[in-house]
Amino acid sequence: MSAYIVALIGSVLILLGIFELLRRRQLSEKYAVLWLVVGVTLLVVTIFPGLLGVLSRAAGVEIASNLLFFVAIVFLVGVALHLSWEVSRLEDETRKLAEDLAILRLDVDEHVKRTTSGPDGKS
Amino acid sequence: MSNEFSGRALIVVPAWNEEAAVAETVREIYAAVPAADVLVVDDGSSDRTVECAREAGALVLELPFNLGVGGAMRAGFRYALRHNYDVAVQVDADGQHDPSEIPDLLAGLAHADIVIGARFAERGAYQVRGPRKWAMVVLSKVLSLLAKTRLTDTTSGFKATGRRALPLFAEHYPVEYLGDTIESLVIALRSGCVVTQVPAHMRPRRAGNPSHSPWKATVYLFRAGFALLLALVRRWDTTVKQAVPMAAPPAAEKRMSS
Repeated sequence: MSAYIVALIGSVLILLGIFELLRRRQLSEKYAVLWLVVGVTLLVVTIFPGLLGVLSRAAGVEIASNLLFFVAIVFLVGVALHLSWEVSRLEDETRKLAEDLAILRLDVDEHVKRTTSGPDGKS
Repeated sequence: MSNEFSGRALIVVPAWNEEAAVAETVREIYAAVPAADVLVVDDGSSDRTVECAREAGALVLELPFNLGVGGAMRAGFRYALRHNYDVAVQVDADGQHDPSEIPDLLAGLAHADIVIGARFAERGAYQVRGPRKWAMVVLSKVLSLLAKTRLTDTTSGFKATGRRALPLFAEHYPVEYLGDTIESLVIALRSGCVVTQVPAHMRPRRAGNPSHSPWKATVYLFRAGFALLLALVRRWDTTVKQAVPMAAPPAAEKRMSS
Protein backbone atom coordinates (compact mmCIF):
# COMPACT_ATOMS: atom_id res chain seq x y z
CA MET A 1 0.00 0.00 0.00
CA SER A 2 1.41 3.33 -0.93
CA ALA A 3 1.79 6.17 1.53
CA TYR A 4 -0.60 8.14 -0.62
CA ILE A 5 -3.45 5.73 0.07
CA VAL A 6 -2.68 5.62 3.82
CA ALA A 7 -2.67 9.41 4.04
CA LEU A 8 -5.90 9.60 2.06
CA ILE A 9 -7.68 7.09 4.29
CA GLY A 10 -6.35 8.88 7.38
CA SER A 11 -7.64 12.25 6.24
CA VAL A 12 -11.03 10.86 5.34
CA LEU A 13 -11.28 9.12 8.72
CA ILE A 14 -10.45 12.33 10.58
CA LEU A 15 -13.04 14.23 8.59
CA LEU A 16 -15.63 11.51 9.25
CA GLY A 17 -14.77 11.57 12.96
CA ILE A 18 -15.33 15.31 13.16
CA PHE A 19 -18.55 14.97 11.23
CA GLU A 20 -19.79 12.19 13.49
CA LEU A 21 -18.99 14.14 16.67
CA LEU A 22 -20.83 17.09 15.22
CA ARG A 23 -23.79 14.93 14.25
CA ARG A 24 -24.05 13.50 17.75
CA ARG A 25 -23.86 17.03 19.11
CA GLN A 26 -20.75 16.30 21.11
CA LEU A 27 -18.92 19.23 19.61
CA SER A 28 -20.29 22.74 19.84
CA GLU A 29 -20.51 24.68 16.62
CA LYS A 30 -17.74 27.17 17.25
CA TYR A 31 -15.21 24.36 17.55
CA ALA A 32 -16.80 22.20 14.87
CA VAL A 33 -16.31 24.80 12.17
CA LEU A 34 -12.66 25.14 13.10
CA TRP A 35 -12.02 21.42 12.93
CA LEU A 36 -14.00 20.97 9.74
CA VAL A 37 -11.78 23.55 8.09
CA VAL A 38 -8.75 21.66 9.37
CA GLY A 39 -10.12 18.33 8.14
CA VAL A 40 -10.95 19.63 4.69
CA THR A 41 -7.57 21.32 4.34
CA LEU A 42 -5.88 18.10 5.34
CA LEU A 43 -7.87 16.14 2.76
CA VAL A 44 -7.12 18.62 -0.03
CA VAL A 45 -3.40 18.57 0.76
CA THR A 46 -3.44 14.77 0.78
CA ILE A 47 -5.23 14.49 -2.53
CA PHE A 48 -3.00 17.04 -4.23
CA PRO A 49 0.46 16.57 -2.74
CA GLY A 50 1.86 18.96 -5.33
CA LEU A 51 -0.06 21.79 -3.75
CA LEU A 52 2.18 21.76 -0.68
CA GLY A 53 5.24 22.09 -2.90
CA VAL A 54 3.79 25.07 -4.71
CA LEU A 55 2.85 26.75 -1.45
CA SER A 56 6.23 26.21 0.18
CA ARG A 57 8.06 27.54 -2.87
CA ALA A 58 5.83 30.60 -2.73
CA ALA A 59 6.59 31.02 0.96
CA GLY A 60 10.29 30.50 0.44
CA VAL A 61 10.44 27.29 2.46
CA GLU A 62 12.95 24.79 1.06
CA ILE A 63 11.48 21.54 2.33
CA ALA A 64 7.75 21.27 1.78
CA SER A 65 7.05 19.22 4.89
CA ASN A 66 8.60 21.95 7.05
CA LEU A 67 5.87 24.31 5.97
CA LEU A 68 3.34 21.71 7.01
CA PHE A 69 4.99 21.29 10.42
CA PHE A 70 5.28 25.00 10.95
CA VAL A 71 1.65 25.67 10.16
CA ALA A 72 0.53 22.70 12.26
CA ILE A 73 2.54 23.78 15.31
CA VAL A 74 1.35 27.37 15.15
CA PHE A 75 -2.19 26.15 14.81
CA LEU A 76 -1.90 23.73 17.74
CA VAL A 77 -0.34 26.34 20.02
CA GLY A 78 -3.18 28.64 19.15
CA VAL A 79 -5.75 25.97 19.96
CA ALA A 80 -4.05 25.09 23.26
CA LEU A 81 -3.99 28.75 24.27
CA HIS A 82 -7.60 29.16 23.38
CA LEU A 83 -8.56 26.09 25.40
CA SER A 84 -6.65 27.38 28.44
CA TRP A 85 -8.54 30.61 28.15
CA GLU A 86 -11.81 28.76 27.84
CA VAL A 87 -11.02 26.56 30.86
CA SER A 88 -10.10 29.59 32.98
CA ARG A 89 -13.41 31.15 32.15
CA LEU A 90 -15.34 27.99 32.87
CA GLU A 91 -13.51 27.53 36.16
CA ASP A 92 -14.44 31.01 37.22
CA GLU A 93 -18.05 30.44 36.28
CA THR A 94 -18.11 27.15 38.20
CA ARG A 95 -16.62 28.84 41.25
CA LYS A 96 -19.21 31.57 41.17
CA LEU A 97 -21.95 28.98 40.89
CA ALA A 98 -20.54 26.99 43.81
CA GLU A 99 -20.38 30.12 45.95
CA ASP A 100 -23.88 31.15 45.06
CA LEU A 101 -25.18 27.65 45.65
CA ALA A 102 -23.69 27.60 49.15
CA ILE A 103 -25.11 31.04 49.95
CA LEU A 104 -28.56 30.13 48.70
CA ARG A 105 -28.53 26.86 50.59
CA LEU A 106 -27.77 28.65 53.84
CA ASP A 107 -30.42 31.28 53.11
CA VAL A 108 -33.02 28.61 52.46
CA ASP A 109 -32.03 26.65 55.56
CA GLU A 110 -32.30 29.74 57.73
CA HIS A 111 -35.60 30.63 56.16
CA VAL A 112 -37.03 27.17 56.72
CA LYS A 113 -35.77 27.16 60.30
CA ARG A 114 -37.42 30.51 60.98
CA THR A 115 -40.75 29.63 59.46
CA THR A 116 -41.03 26.18 61.08
CA SER A 117 -39.97 27.21 64.56
CA GLY A 118 -42.84 29.66 64.90
CA PRO A 119 -42.84 33.43 65.35
CA ASP A 120 -41.08 33.16 68.68
CA GLY A 121 -38.59 30.58 67.56
CA LYS A 122 -34.95 31.36 67.74
CA SER A 123 -33.24 30.66 64.47
CA MET B 1 -32.15 39.60 57.95
CA SER B 2 -34.01 39.67 61.26
CA ASN B 3 -33.55 41.98 64.20
CA GLU B 4 -31.43 39.55 66.10
CA PHE B 5 -28.34 41.03 64.47
CA SER B 6 -27.69 43.98 66.66
CA GLY B 7 -24.21 44.28 65.25
CA ARG B 8 -23.29 44.27 61.62
CA ALA B 9 -19.96 42.53 61.74
CA LEU B 10 -19.58 39.13 60.13
CA ILE B 11 -16.68 36.97 61.19
CA VAL B 12 -15.81 34.72 58.27
CA VAL B 13 -13.98 31.51 59.15
CA PRO B 14 -12.74 29.59 56.13
CA ALA B 15 -12.39 25.95 57.18
CA TRP B 16 -11.12 22.93 55.35
CA ASN B 17 -11.06 19.70 57.34
CA GLU B 18 -10.81 21.49 60.66
CA GLU B 19 -13.20 19.41 62.75
CA ALA B 20 -10.73 19.36 65.63
CA ALA B 21 -10.39 23.11 65.94
CA VAL B 22 -13.35 24.85 64.39
CA ALA B 23 -15.86 24.54 67.24
CA GLU B 24 -13.49 25.99 69.80
CA THR B 25 -12.57 28.82 67.41
CA VAL B 26 -16.24 29.67 66.89
CA ARG B 27 -16.89 29.71 70.64
CA GLU B 28 -13.89 31.93 71.23
CA ILE B 29 -15.12 34.37 68.61
CA TYR B 30 -18.58 34.55 70.15
CA ALA B 31 -16.95 35.15 73.53
CA ALA B 32 -14.73 37.91 72.15
CA VAL B 33 -17.30 39.70 69.99
CA PRO B 34 -20.79 38.67 71.12
CA ALA B 35 -22.48 41.17 68.80
CA ALA B 36 -20.99 39.67 65.66
CA ASP B 37 -22.21 36.74 63.59
CA VAL B 38 -19.89 33.91 62.77
CA LEU B 39 -19.98 32.40 59.32
CA VAL B 40 -17.94 29.25 58.86
CA VAL B 41 -17.27 28.61 55.19
CA ASP B 42 -16.75 24.91 54.80
CA ASP B 43 -14.46 24.51 51.83
CA GLY B 44 -15.59 21.06 50.77
CA SER B 45 -14.40 19.27 53.88
CA SER B 46 -14.58 15.51 54.05
CA ASP B 47 -14.72 15.38 57.84
CA ARG B 48 -17.22 16.64 60.41
CA THR B 49 -16.28 20.32 60.09
CA VAL B 50 -19.82 21.31 59.15
CA GLU B 51 -21.47 19.55 62.09
CA CYS B 52 -18.88 20.82 64.55
CA ALA B 53 -19.29 24.40 63.39
CA ARG B 54 -23.06 24.15 63.46
CA GLU B 55 -23.08 22.71 66.96
CA ALA B 56 -20.92 25.61 68.08
CA GLY B 57 -23.65 27.91 66.80
CA ALA B 58 -22.09 29.30 63.65
CA LEU B 59 -23.81 29.93 60.35
CA VAL B 60 -22.31 27.44 57.95
CA LEU B 61 -21.77 27.97 54.25
CA GLU B 62 -21.16 24.63 52.59
CA LEU B 63 -19.21 24.89 49.37
CA PRO B 64 -19.94 21.85 47.21
CA PHE B 65 -16.25 21.31 46.44
CA ASN B 66 -12.90 22.71 47.45
CA LEU B 67 -12.32 26.25 46.19
CA GLY B 68 -9.32 27.22 48.30
CA VAL B 69 -9.13 29.99 50.88
CA GLY B 70 -9.71 32.68 48.28
CA GLY B 71 -12.90 31.07 47.01
CA ALA B 72 -14.15 30.46 50.52
CA MET B 73 -13.52 34.07 51.46
CA ARG B 74 -15.20 35.39 48.34
CA ALA B 75 -18.26 33.36 49.21
CA GLY B 76 -18.08 34.88 52.69
CA PHE B 77 -17.80 38.41 51.31
CA ARG B 78 -20.73 37.83 49.01
CA TYR B 79 -22.77 36.55 51.90
CA ALA B 80 -21.80 39.61 53.94
CA LEU B 81 -22.78 41.94 51.13
CA ARG B 82 -26.04 40.15 50.49
CA HIS B 83 -27.00 40.39 54.12
CA ASN B 84 -25.85 43.94 54.46
CA TYR B 85 -23.02 43.59 56.92
CA ASP B 86 -20.69 46.52 57.36
CA VAL B 87 -17.59 44.54 58.12
CA ALA B 88 -16.22 41.11 57.34
CA VAL B 89 -13.34 39.78 59.40
CA GLN B 90 -11.35 36.74 58.34
CA VAL B 91 -10.31 34.44 61.16
CA ASP B 92 -8.65 31.11 60.41
CA ALA B 93 -10.30 28.02 61.82
CA ASP B 94 -7.09 26.44 63.09
CA GLY B 95 -6.93 28.78 66.05
CA GLN B 96 -3.81 30.68 65.02
CA HIS B 97 -5.64 33.97 65.08
CA ASP B 98 -6.62 35.18 68.52
CA PRO B 99 -10.30 36.21 68.42
CA SER B 100 -9.81 38.53 71.38
CA GLU B 101 -7.94 40.79 68.98
CA ILE B 102 -10.90 41.17 66.62
CA PRO B 103 -12.08 44.34 68.41
CA ASP B 104 -8.66 45.88 67.69
CA LEU B 105 -9.15 45.23 63.98
CA LEU B 106 -12.67 46.62 64.06
CA ALA B 107 -11.46 49.74 65.85
CA GLY B 108 -8.85 50.20 63.14
CA LEU B 109 -11.58 50.38 60.51
CA ALA B 110 -12.55 53.80 61.79
CA HIS B 111 -9.84 55.28 59.61
CA ALA B 112 -9.16 52.56 57.07
CA ASP B 113 -10.98 50.27 54.66
CA ILE B 114 -8.88 47.22 55.39
CA VAL B 115 -7.09 46.42 58.64
CA ILE B 116 -4.49 43.67 58.75
CA GLY B 117 -3.64 41.85 61.96
CA ALA B 118 0.12 41.84 61.53
CA ARG B 119 2.00 39.00 63.14
CA PHE B 120 5.39 40.63 63.50
CA ALA B 121 4.52 44.07 64.72
CA GLU B 122 5.63 44.16 68.35
CA ARG B 123 3.48 41.38 69.75
CA GLY B 124 3.95 37.66 69.57
CA ALA B 125 6.82 35.37 68.78
CA TYR B 126 5.82 34.31 65.28
CA GLN B 127 8.95 33.86 63.25
CA VAL B 128 9.95 32.65 59.83
CA ARG B 129 13.37 32.26 58.27
CA GLY B 130 15.08 31.77 54.93
CA PRO B 131 13.44 32.29 51.53
CA ARG B 132 10.03 32.57 53.08
CA LYS B 133 11.23 35.48 55.15
CA TRP B 134 12.87 37.20 52.18
CA ALA B 135 9.66 36.90 50.24
CA MET B 136 7.72 38.45 53.07
CA VAL B 137 10.20 41.31 53.42
CA VAL B 138 10.09 42.16 49.72
CA LEU B 139 6.31 41.92 49.63
CA SER B 140 6.03 44.16 52.66
CA LYS B 141 8.34 46.76 51.14
CA VAL B 142 6.46 46.90 47.84
CA LEU B 143 3.02 46.91 49.37
CA SER B 144 4.03 49.48 52.00
CA LEU B 145 5.09 51.72 49.16
CA LEU B 146 1.75 51.22 47.43
CA ALA B 147 -0.21 51.73 50.62
CA LYS B 148 1.87 54.74 51.67
CA THR B 149 2.03 53.32 55.16
CA ARG B 150 4.15 50.70 56.89
CA LEU B 151 2.82 47.19 56.39
CA THR B 152 4.96 44.48 57.93
CA ASP B 153 2.85 41.38 57.37
CA THR B 154 1.16 41.40 54.03
CA THR B 155 0.49 37.68 53.92
CA SER B 156 -1.53 37.63 57.12
CA GLY B 157 -4.96 36.09 56.75
CA PHE B 158 -6.22 37.92 59.82
CA LYS B 159 -7.96 40.85 58.20
CA ALA B 160 -10.96 43.11 58.65
CA THR B 161 -12.67 44.43 55.54
CA GLY B 162 -14.86 47.50 55.74
CA ARG B 163 -17.87 48.68 53.82
CA ARG B 164 -15.93 50.20 50.99
CA ALA B 165 -13.82 47.16 50.17
CA LEU B 166 -16.61 44.61 50.67
CA PRO B 167 -18.34 44.98 47.30
CA LEU B 168 -14.96 45.02 45.63
CA PHE B 169 -13.92 41.78 47.29
CA ALA B 170 -17.31 40.15 46.85
CA GLU B 171 -16.82 40.59 43.12
CA HIS B 172 -13.08 40.34 42.61
CA TYR B 173 -11.54 38.50 45.53
CA PRO B 174 -8.74 36.52 43.92
CA VAL B 175 -8.98 32.78 44.16
CA GLU B 176 -5.57 31.68 42.98
CA TYR B 177 -2.63 30.78 45.18
CA LEU B 178 -1.62 33.66 47.47
CA GLY B 179 -4.21 35.78 45.76
CA ASP B 180 -6.21 35.99 48.93
CA THR B 181 -3.45 37.92 50.65
CA ILE B 182 -1.11 39.70 48.25
CA GLU B 183 -3.35 40.19 45.26
CA SER B 184 -6.33 41.24 47.32
CA LEU B 185 -4.30 44.00 48.94
CA VAL B 186 -3.08 45.22 45.57
CA ILE B 187 -6.62 45.27 44.20
CA ALA B 188 -7.85 47.18 47.21
CA LEU B 189 -5.01 49.68 47.04
CA ARG B 190 -5.38 50.20 43.32
CA SER B 191 -9.03 50.99 43.73
CA GLY B 192 -8.26 53.58 46.36
CA CYS B 193 -8.93 51.77 49.62
CA VAL B 194 -6.92 52.67 52.70
CA VAL B 195 -5.03 49.76 54.22
CA THR B 196 -3.50 49.78 57.69
CA GLN B 197 -2.32 47.21 60.17
CA VAL B 198 -2.58 46.58 63.88
CA PRO B 199 -0.30 44.25 65.80
CA ALA B 200 -1.63 40.78 66.48
CA HIS B 201 -0.51 37.65 68.28
CA MET B 202 0.05 34.47 66.41
CA ARG B 203 -0.75 31.34 68.35
CA PRO B 204 0.37 27.83 67.62
CA ARG B 205 -2.22 26.01 65.54
CA ARG B 206 -4.63 23.92 67.47
CA ALA B 207 -4.65 20.97 65.10
CA GLY B 208 -3.23 19.94 61.76
CA ASN B 209 0.29 20.33 60.43
CA PRO B 210 2.09 23.45 59.28
CA SER B 211 3.97 23.08 56.02
CA HIS B 212 7.59 24.10 56.28
CA SER B 213 10.57 22.94 54.28
CA PRO B 214 13.35 24.82 52.50
CA TRP B 215 12.12 23.62 49.14
CA LYS B 216 8.58 24.70 49.82
CA ALA B 217 9.88 28.02 51.08
CA THR B 218 11.72 28.61 47.83
CA VAL B 219 8.69 27.73 45.78
CA TYR B 220 6.78 30.10 48.01
CA LEU B 221 9.25 32.87 47.24
CA PHE B 222 8.76 32.55 43.52
CA ARG B 223 5.03 32.13 43.64
CA ALA B 224 4.70 35.11 45.91
CA GLY B 225 6.79 37.23 43.57
CA PHE B 226 4.79 36.08 40.59
CA ALA B 227 1.51 36.72 42.36
CA LEU B 228 2.65 40.23 43.19
CA LEU B 229 3.81 41.04 39.67
CA LEU B 230 0.63 39.68 38.20
CA ALA B 231 -1.49 41.67 40.59
CA LEU B 232 0.41 44.82 39.68
CA VAL B 233 0.00 44.47 35.94
CA ARG B 234 -3.45 42.96 35.76
CA ARG B 235 -6.39 45.08 34.83
CA TRP B 236 -9.05 45.31 37.48
CA ASP B 237 -12.48 46.59 36.97
CA THR B 238 -12.36 48.70 40.09
CA THR B 239 -15.55 50.56 39.36
CA VAL B 240 -17.61 48.03 41.21
CA LYS B 241 -21.24 48.79 41.54
CA GLN B 242 -22.61 48.87 45.05
CA ALA B 243 -24.52 45.63 44.97
CA VAL B 244 -28.03 45.95 46.30
CA PRO B 245 -28.29 43.95 49.49
CA MET B 246 -31.40 41.85 49.74
CA ALA B 247 -32.11 42.48 53.39
CA ALA B 248 -32.93 45.28 55.81
CA PRO B 249 -31.75 48.84 55.24
CA PRO B 250 -28.44 49.75 56.83
CA ALA B 251 -29.67 50.82 60.23
CA ALA B 252 -26.57 50.17 62.28
CA GLU B 253 -24.33 51.77 59.70
CA LYS B 254 -22.00 53.58 62.07
CA ARG B 255 -21.84 51.14 64.90
CA MET B 256 -18.35 50.04 64.10
CA SER B 257 -16.70 53.40 63.94
CA SER B 258 -16.68 54.00 67.67
